[in-house]
Amino acid sequence: MSGIIGTRAASARRRDSQVGESVFVRMLLIVMALGFLGIFLVAPLVTVFASAFSQGLGPYWAALAQDETLDAIELTLLTAGISVPLNVVFGIAAAWLVTKYDFWGKSVLITVVDLPFSVSPVISGLIFVLLFGAHGWFGPWLSERDIKIIFAVPGIVMATTFVTFPLVARELIAVMHAQGNDEEEAALTLGAGGLSILLRITLPKVRWGLLYGVILCNARAMGEFGAVSVVSGHVRGLTNTLPLQVEILYNEYNFVGAFAVASLLASLALLTLLVKKIAEWSVSNRQAKRDALRSAEARPLAASAELEGVRP
Amino acid sequence: MRWKTRGVLPGFGLSLGYTLFYVGLLVVLPLSAMVIKASSLGPSELWTKVSDERALAAYRLSFGSALVGSLVNAVFGVLVAWVLVRYRFPGRGLVDALVDLPFALPTAVAGIALTTVYAEHGVLGQQLAKIGVKVAFTPLGVTMALTFIGIPFVVRTVQPVLEEIDPDVEEAAAVLGATRFQTFRRVIFPSILPATLTGFALAFARALGEYGSVVFISGNMPMRTEITPLLIVTKLEQYDYAGATAIAAVMLMASFSLLLLVNLLERWARRAEA
Repeated sequence: MSGIIGTRAASARRRDSQVGESVFVRMLLIVMALGFLGIFLVAPLVTVFASAFSQGLGPYWAALAQDETLDAIELTLLTAGISVPLNVVFGIAAAWLVTKYDFWGKSVLITVVDLPFSVSPVISGLIFVLLFGAHGWFGPWLSERDIKIIFAVPGIVMATTFVTFPLVARELIAVMHAQGNDEEEAALTLGAGGLSILLRITLPKVRWGLLYGVILCNARAMGEFGAVSVVSGHVRGLTNTLPLQVEILYNEYNFVGAFAVASLLASLALLTLLVKKIAEWSVSNRQAKRDALRSAEARPLAASAELEGVRP
Repeated sequence: MRWKTRGVLPGFGLSLGYTLFYVGLLVVLPLSAMVIKASSLGPSELWTKVSDERALAAYRLSFGSALVGSLVNAVFGVLVAWVLVRYRFPGRGLVDALVDLPFALPTAVAGIALTTVYAEHGVLGQQLAKIGVKVAFTPLGVTMALTFIGIPFVVRTVQPVLEEIDPDVEEAAAVLGATRFQTFRRVIFPSILPATLTGFALAFARALGEYGSVVFISGNMPMRTEITPLLIVTKLEQYDYAGATAIAAVMLMASFSLLLLVNLLERWARRAEA
């Protein structure tokens, strides 16, 4: 849930500190923490790949090359291809709104933006069934015109967009908030318009946060299970996304197939974590560079001030 | 635009209009549709639907296992955050990155992987079976899955606070004769408590609604290992929309209360920092 901004100052000073735990306590705490993560995180992750390749490369490729799996890949790409751009545009607008202005009702708006995070994925699917399903609000109207939303692709796209909708906004709000508005306001005084401020100053400034937001949003969009499972109706070859395909194969005891498809999604998750790491690294690197520049600028100034003070 | 109080940059009207339109269409409209549907049931019908025995068993399991899972995360989350912030060891960067895995890994993938690991013949399930502990298809399995998906929350809320604690304070405590444990209990713990509680509440809220990672490992036996979100799905599959909506309304109310709690905790944390 955290952004990609961290602080280094206190931890750097701590390295010189004389206070700390004994080597034994350190080792014990590290082993306990790693043991916990090993049991809960590493074991399942390794299992995905180990089970996928348990019978060698041949069955792995065969499982992925099935027609139904290929259809699922296609639908998943389509869904993410629609919902991610929508949420990126929204994320930029919402982050601009929240970080550039103070206005009445801002905290309420932020809470509403966060809502999909605290709603169960199952409920996220249900609300669209209640709106567009056969017995929903718009159900009769839609069926008269022979438009299918629930148990069809539009419902899957809507549910996915709902579930992943705060991700880009949250990430951008955190980064924009941390970076402040000085550069934007300077550009405004120099006569730049809103669009050119956004495109030439703000977006380049937040590019890593934006990239991580997009990648995370994409991974979640491709991997959403609960909400999509409620609205999809599980029509094979038509409304099956990759996670639903994993479920079907698993329930048919085709474990190699299920884990082969799962390994695709797990690789996407690992890629997401890698991008986050790179983004964090680049942000803290830039921060360090800026700090170094600032102290280099400050030193001659301080020196000349001293000189002036000495002068009679 | 009287209610804009600060900000000179252009684009207020456009970004406000677009944000409100999008939020209204995608979040407010669907959610209010559900609330209206639930309230159209009438109090007595609503009450019978949300309080039948099967629903009560599902609430008990969902709340109970989410509570235990997020308590485990509160303890181990602080431990992991502490180790990541304070100690240097090989692979620290990798471990730090892996903490976010439950965020990025699709829940269905986590579900089948956890089931395979903890099934009777699984890598860890085998060892646990020897000492008589059965994980898959029991409430314990549900708790394990809910622990998995809650891991990042406490770690990521506590980590920045731990990084900010001034080493001078700890040195002062040591100079005044405090043992390391006393310093932790009396100096460090109070300053990370708000963040820990926030992370705990976030993990709890997430665990309460979780579906994908649980349905595989739980076995889905009504009255025994059926979580509330699954009950909603079951009712939907039987075209019992009223029943599904009623139970969903209960869950929604619980999540909104938790969201409110998180906001209050965050306000408290900010005041503690200031």
